[in-house]
Amino acid sequence: MLSVSIGTIIWTSIAFLTVLFILGKFAWKPILKAIQEREESIELALRAAENAKKEMENLQSSNEKLLNEARIERDKILKEAREAKELVISTAKGKASEEAEKIIAMARESIHNEKMAAVTELKNQVAVLSIEIAEKILKQQLSDEDKQKKIIDNLVKDVNLN
Amino acid sequence: MTKFFAGLSALFILLFSSFSGFASGNSEGKFNAGEMIMHHIQDAHEIHIIGDFAIYLPVILKSDKGFEVFCSSHFYHNKKTAEISVHENQIKNIEYFEHNGFALFHEKIYYANEQGELDFDEHGHPTNQAVTLDLSITKSTAGLLFALLIVTLVFLSVAKAYKKNVNSAPKGLQSFMEPLILFIRDEVAKPSIGHKYHLFMPFLLTIFFFIWTCNILGLIPFLGGLNITGTLSVTAVLATVVFVITSINGNKHYWGHLLWPPGIPLPIKFILVPIEIAGIFIKPLVLMVRLTANITAGHIIILAFVCLIFIFGEQSATAGYGVGVGSLFFMIFMNFIELLVAFLQAYVFTLLAAIYFGSAVEEAHH
Repeated sequence: MLSVSIGTIIWTSIAFLTVLFILGKFAWKPILKAIQEREESIELALRAAENAKKEMENLQSSNEKLLNEARIERDKILKEAREAKELVISTAKGKASEEAEKIIAMARESIHNEKMAAVTELKNQVAVLSIEIAEKILKQQLSDEDKQKKIIDNLVKDVNLN
Repeated sequence: MTKFFAGLSALFILLFSSFSGFASGNSEGKFNAGEMIMHHIQDAHEIHIIGDFAIYLPVILKSDKGFEVFCSSHFYHNKKTAEISVHENQIKNIEYFEHNGFALFHEKIYYANEQGELDFDEHGHPTNQAVTLDLSITKSTAGLLFALLIVTLVFLSVAKAYKKNVNSAPKGLQSFMEPLILFIRDEVAKPSIGHKYHLFMPFLLTIFFFIWTCNILGLIPFLGGLNITGTLSVTAVLATVVFVITSINGNKHYWGHLLWPPGIPLPIKFILVPIEIAGIFIKPLVLMVRLTANITAGHIIILAFVCLIFIFGEQSATAGYGVGVGSLFFMIFMNFIELLVAFLQAYVFTLLAAIYFGSAVEEAHH
């Protein structure tokens, strides 16, 4: 064990160097190259995945933005619609009350006119009636001579001949 | 769970049987724990599987007459005994193996004399000349080739998987190896070396998986207790490669700081520069020794627990069985620790190599 044998040294040198050469050329070179290539491809794939993820995030955030904008737009439209509704209602209400007032005023006026006409008619009627009554009374009063004389007397008495 | 216990018992049987096979071969009959442990961690010319079954490896020798190639079974089947007188009247038997004019003693090969025998001095050391060059495929060499074969096949198939399914998730073996490859790249190479890390990745990955595989092979039962990364010759080569790569890649900044450190008074430079120069050799040396020592130590501890059983078993069978139960638990525990150490030492070696490379290619930042 502890003595060095020339024969073993020679065999070891030849065999080891041969194997070193063979493995170096036909095993280690392709293996290390393949490992390195694979590592590079993995690295590339990882980077691509990272990029895709980032893009996706961007897309998502832009989607979010769009959605937010849409929501704001919707709110705005709704608000406008509500306002328009209220406006329509309030204007309609105003118009209606105005119309009603107008109608009422017209009604009142016509009532007044009708009333006035009725009153006039009544007055005329009353006048006719009074004349008829007065006629009848006069006819009755002036039916005999005495009474005609008396009236004339009264009237003559009243008339002061100054 | 059953798999787990099967593995443990298999391990125990291996240690037990390989040991008993050895013990029966001991002619003196007395159990020698140190000899047994050293025999198991030492490099050998055979892979001893179980009992009498072993894989005999080719012996390749460069002798004065040229190259000789034969199977190591010729050695192991031709055992010889030499008698030496240690003191005045004490006689010691020494066993060795002989074949065709070569003698194998303590896994070292010598030239045999004309009678085909090995001569010893009074200390039990052979006096014959060692063989010129022993190029045998030893146990460690065989294990090393096996480990390299596994690593090569595994990663060629993993590389094929990468080519087949481009840019898709890893599957099967590929998915088991990828975290380890990424671990070496991201936790070892990148922080220690910096932006030039890709230059050293092939070496760091090879050395990590090679050391780890060797360490694990050493823990697998029925593989003859391979001690590949515990063999100094193997780790010496690995450390040398680290040293060579560091030195070749050393830039101006690295060598400048090493040979003429700026901003330091002249007298101190004379002390510092030799230390720094020694350092560039000590660093790989430490790498070598750390790996060998850690792996060998793990093997020794597990073997020591086995020896414990037989030491007590020599006193009485009951004591042997009693200690055996306790030893078994310690062995299980140590095997788990060794699994961790197997990974840890591969990691440490790779990390330190990466740090040395990092210091070599570091750019001046002032």
